[in-house]
Amino acid sequence: MSVIESLRRARSLLTRVGSASMVLCLALLAAGCRFPVLDPSGPVAAREKQLILISTALMLLVVVPVIVMALLFAYLYRASNKHPRSMPNWAHSNAIEAVVWIVPLLIVIALGSLAWTSTHALDPYRALEHDGETLEVDVVALDWKWLFIYPKQNIASVNEVVFPVDTPVHFNITSDTVMNSFFIPGLAGQIYAMAGMRTELSLIASKPGTFGGMSANYSGAGFSGMRFKAVATSPDEFEAWTREVASSGRPLDAAAFDKLADEKANAPVIHYAPGNPNLLQSLIDKYRHTPPPKETGPAEH
Amino acid sequence: MNPIFGKLTLEDIPYDQIVTMGAVGVALLGALGVAAAITYYGRWRWLWSEYLTSVDHKKIGIMYIVLGLVMLLRGFADAAMMRLQQSMSLAPNPGYLPPHHYDQIFSAHGVIMIFFATMPLVVGLMNIVVPLQIGARDVAFPFLNSLSFWLTFSGAMLVNASLVFGEFAKTGWAAYPPLSELAFSPDVGVDYYIWSLQIAGVGTLLTGVNFLTTILRMRAPGMKMMRMPIFTWTTFCTNVLIVAAFPILTATLALLGLDRYVGTHFFTNDGGGEQMMYVNLFWAWGHPEVYILVLPAFGVFSEVVATFSGKPLFGYKSLVWATIAITFFSFVVWLHHFFTMGAGASVNAFFGIATMIIAVPTGVKMFNWLFTMLGGRVRFSVPMLWTIGFLVTFTIGGMTGVLLAMPGADFVLHNSLFLVAHFHNTIIGGVVFGMFAGLNYWFPKAMGFRLSEPLGKASFWCWLIGFYIAFMPLYVLGFMGMTRRLNSYDNPDWQPWLVLAAFGAAIIAVGIACSILQIVYSFWKRDELRDLTGDPWDGRTLEWATSSPPPVYNFAETPRVTEIDAWASMKAEGGGMFVRSTPYYDIHMPRNTAAGFLIGIFSIGLGFGLVWYIWWMVAVSAVAMLAALLYRLFQEDIAYVIPAAEVKDIEMRRLEESGQS
Repeated sequence: MSVIESLRRARSLLTRVGSASMVLCLALLAAGCRFPVLDPSGPVAAREKQLILISTALMLLVVVPVIVMALLFAYLYRASNKHPRSMPNWAHSNAIEAVVWIVPLLIVIALGSLAWTSTHALDPYRALEHDGETLEVDVVALDWKWLFIYPKQNIASVNEVVFPVDTPVHFNITSDTVMNSFFIPGLAGQIYAMAGMRTELSLIASKPGTFGGMSANYSGAGFSGMRFKAVATSPDEFEAWTREVASSGRPLDAAAFDKLADEKANAPVIHYAPGNPNLLQSLIDKYRHTPPPKETGPAEH
Repeated sequence: MNPIFGKLTLEDIPYDQIVTMGAVGVALLGALGVAAAITYYGRWRWLWSEYLTSVDHKKIGIMYIVLGLVMLLRGFADAAMMRLQQSMSLAPNPGYLPPHHYDQIFSAHGVIMIFFATMPLVVGLMNIVVPLQIGARDVAFPFLNSLSFWLTFSGAMLVNASLVFGEFAKTGWAAYPPLSELAFSPDVGVDYYIWSLQIAGVGTLLTGVNFLTTILRMRAPGMKMMRMPIFTWTTFCTNVLIVAAFPILTATLALLGLDRYVGTHFFTNDGGGEQMMYVNLFWAWGHPEVYILVLPAFGVFSEVVATFSGKPLFGYKSLVWATIAITFFSFVVWLHHFFTMGAGASVNAFFGIATMIIAVPTGVKMFNWLFTMLGGRVRFSVPMLWTIGFLVTFTIGGMTGVLLAMPGADFVLHNSLFLVAHFHNTIIGGVVFGMFAGLNYWFPKAMGFRLSEPLGKASFWCWLIGFYIAFMPLYVLGFMGMTRRLNSYDNPDWQPWLVLAAFGAAIIAVGIACSILQIVYSFWKRDELRDLTGDPWDGRTLEWATSSPPPVYNFAETPRVTEIDAWASMKAEGGGMFVRSTPYYDIHMPRNTAAGFLIGIFSIGLGFGLVWYIWWMVAVSAVAMLAALLYRLFQEDIAYVIPAAEVKDIEMRRLEESGQS
């Protein structure tokens, strides 16, 4: 218990020292530029950023001495040095051996415990702790665009996903084409979109704004243009947006979907209503000959 | 389909594409120039009998390294084109490469750099050095060694053929299905990918078998496993990995091939295919593969740091066990290549922690190299400069690697330019630096003259500085949310960093030019740079005990080993091993054979026929390969004897030249 306690204390100390030094370094770099990964707009991305900073600080404990020693030893023991303390046959020391095995091991134990807890905390399938009602959004990767379906609102949208701030958003993701990876760097990590499979991702936007989203996994000729806008708005603006989409009068029926999927090109923002709430499951079933029973697979986590 | 040309038509030759045709033109001019020079100097027969048909491990090693360097140029040209494209393709500027071309370039860059640049350099050094380090006459299976090289060569030629005939894969170097399936990649690019890797992969697997046998069975008397030089140890572990991992790649590509050729559904979207199975299998080979590349580089650094510090390696046993630990752990980390495919938190955490554990033995190695310098007299010759550059650079790459092993961090860094920066940090900072260190270190042994130091130093500094300017911006871009393999982008914040990276690539280009110049200049001045001692660096291991270049039989008398640094201890006891009066003996050596060369060349036809569905060519090539193999198998006169008197002549001449007589 005391070991875990001291480890935890050491970690929190390192967090502070590490964050401070990293923030200082990166502030220099960040001047004038935008770093969505290091300037997160939601709790998931914020924790991911914190994890990067803590791990980096922990590793610098061994990386900095190694780099300094590499340069220092080479300089001190250069052949042209007039007074080198030469030890031409010295090749073994139990004390040094013990240190070089134990120090990296301790750091890896610290990193490993951090990995275990953070991986469970940041599992993209885990529901986020929040009082608000969760907004469900289905996501389908197509060649080369993203289709967002709001089952409850019965609307759909291409290359634009809108959600209210401070509300958990839960994405169910699949692909009707090759592998893609669904990624909004400022808000959360990424997760692959694969045909016949459903993956999940949860996020909360803690401030309003428009965030760049993309496919992170190369998927063919139109990959570079497979971008979308993720917009976090006030609840009222979100309501207004859903009403606007609902009035588009373009149903996402089979013909409209086939046309969209077959075009094999990047697309502008298109709105659909009604939005075909069963599309995600029917696309998964299309590739799986036997439809799985409800609530299987990833829900086991 | 045309019965004579299969799927191949005139339209498959991209004569309207200036960039492609320019590349083809340069390659053809280069080849013509070399052919003209050989003809002018009347060296065709020499080339045939001394190199193409040789089964001598040293000659085969040299051919591997030439292949690796030529393909490094091709791979670098691809890299330069990508950096140029990304430095200009901020929307609305589309850049100068359309996706159709750009996507082939990044796929070819990865495939060429991994399989046909670094692998041949690694295997080439293994070939030149290992039999000498263990005091052997050759490898265990000299003909198989020749066959391995020619199959690798064929794979490389098949990749290059895709420049002229058709196109290369547009899938990325890992060729993930379903993108690499017929439904999404109906053209021949993926077929080039499959067959070039299958053919070269057989060659690599045979190399693995050959070197495992060689190291286990052919060590000089007294050289126990725990007395082997570290480069031999790392080569041993690399070949364990080759034998265990390459069959996975072969099987995986065979399944993908079945999907594409006969319509099975192993990895397709439909028909019960499982695309994630490919990803698992690919990385079950792919992760060991990075250690296949980097372990021999670690071996090079171990030899170099000991030699140029004038000391035995610090913590030999520690280093050996660290190498063995890395070998084992490289097989239990593959899932870290796809934490973001929806595996559960416990699975991800397991593979993340397993990956971090590899940092421990790697860190131990780092410290061992550092403490080898402590108390030594460090000479900053070119190989040592590469080693110090590696110690600093690779440490940074290792750190970013452990960061990526943290699943929570990987969710935002995976597929980003941060990842691209990380693996170039380890492959360039580790493998490429290691190969240049090894090349400069063992060049005099293989060729008989040293490489020019000033040009070698210029090359090192250009590479080092160029590397940092080219790849540190990619780390920054990763934090800015830029993903890999983008042909164009609309974020103006990215462009300055991409321009900087392109500038870094230009500095690396100067470094490469310096290396080429270094080799050419040293060849020109070879009489001044001649190494008559056989031991130009005051080396510690057995390869420095024989002449440079060694005679075909390597050692007139098999050395006897009593210590870890066998040659250093012989020198310490006085005299070395050549001042002696023991009688000379007849030496039994393998004869040259054209079979390996022929099988390799015919396999190009086999691969090309399979790519284009030219079935008669497939049949003819297969029969020809079989015939060449049978010819070899039924040959009885496969060895010859060098009489003792001739051995004595060779040795006496060498002693006279080196002034040791």
